[in-house]
Amino acid sequence: MPRIVVDVMLKPEILDPQGKAIAGALPRLGFNSFEAVRQGKRFELTVDGEVTDAILAQAREAAETLLSNPVIEDVVNVEVVAD
Amino acid sequence: MSTELPLIGDYSTPTAELSGARIGVVTFPGTLDDRDAARAVRAAGAQAVSLWHADTDLQDVDAVVIPGGFSYGDYLRAGAISRFAPMMGKIVDAANSDAKLPVLGICNGFQILTEAHLLPGSMIKNDHLKFICRDQVLRVENNQTAWTNGYEAGQEITIVLKNQDGQYVADEKTLDMLQGEGRVAFSYVGWNPNGSRRSIAGITNEAGNVVGLMPHPEHAIEAGFGPDHRGTDGLTFFTSVLTHLVGGKK
Repeated sequence: MPRIVVDVMLKPEILDPQGKAIAGALPRLGFNSFEAVRQGKRFELTVDGEVTDAILAQAREAAETLLSNPVIEDVVNVEVVAD
Repeated sequence: MSTELPLIGDYSTPTAELSGARIGVVTFPGTLDDRDAARAVRAAGAQAVSLWHADTDLQDVDAVVIPGGFSYGDYLRAGAISRFAPMMGKIVDAANSDAKLPVLGICNGFQILTEAHLLPGSMIKNDHLKFICRDQVLRVENNQTAWTNGYEAGQEITIVLKNQDGQYVADEKTLDMLQGEGRVAFSYVGWNPNGSRRSIAGITNEAGNVVGLMPHPEHAIEAGFGPDHRGTDGLTFFTSVLTHLVGGKK
């Protein structure tokens, strides 16, 4: 069944304490190439049948209303992934 | 109706008009502090009315407390799923109506109020990433709201702070607006326990009927159990709303 993938990230101006903690842990494992880390969320919305424009529009609306909080987060990607 | 009385002070004979006040306390799946909030309501001399998140009947309450906890396990974002509960729809409508239902959001309740857009801004994880539980000093910045009129402006109070996602954030424009319009209700004093912008601990809406804060006044209402085992600084929230309801503006 096809899935609609929604990616949500904290807005660039919002401090990401979790990302900072991860960035601090990376060098301890020898990963020295990364300046910063920001952690986001990936949602997979499974659709039974074809992903129509209407369904995609619904997913975009859900992404803006429930899946993200526009005060602190941006929806950075909404795409259909076929299996 | 059984009453639970504080160990000090004579609260046994609340005036008739105050004891008639009905304060709703909402319970979501994962709410923790509804019992304490109801107890605080009773200690202030009012009647506590349990409101279930899935119901749509506000039961003629005169005010509502949205207590703390981890509704829906903080899944998605703290308060994000609770915000869409049927009871929340009723509360948002009543808070925005001409009647301006007084609403107090404590901790997770504050997070729910921001998700419901009754209050601006949002909460993210504490800047130090740790759960924090301590006695916290706050300064009352606005004593003109439905829930703070019993305090003196600038008064410092000590109540319990306990949270994981307590860092208040909003854009600079919103922060300027909140401070410019006196809508910061409480500030952290001494230190900023979670990295909140401009040390904001609690805010109010424009009309002053909706107040949200991260610390917990309902845990500081009874001598012997509050901060330092004596603090009762939180009780004034619950007496303030009664003063507000009987029309006594400060």
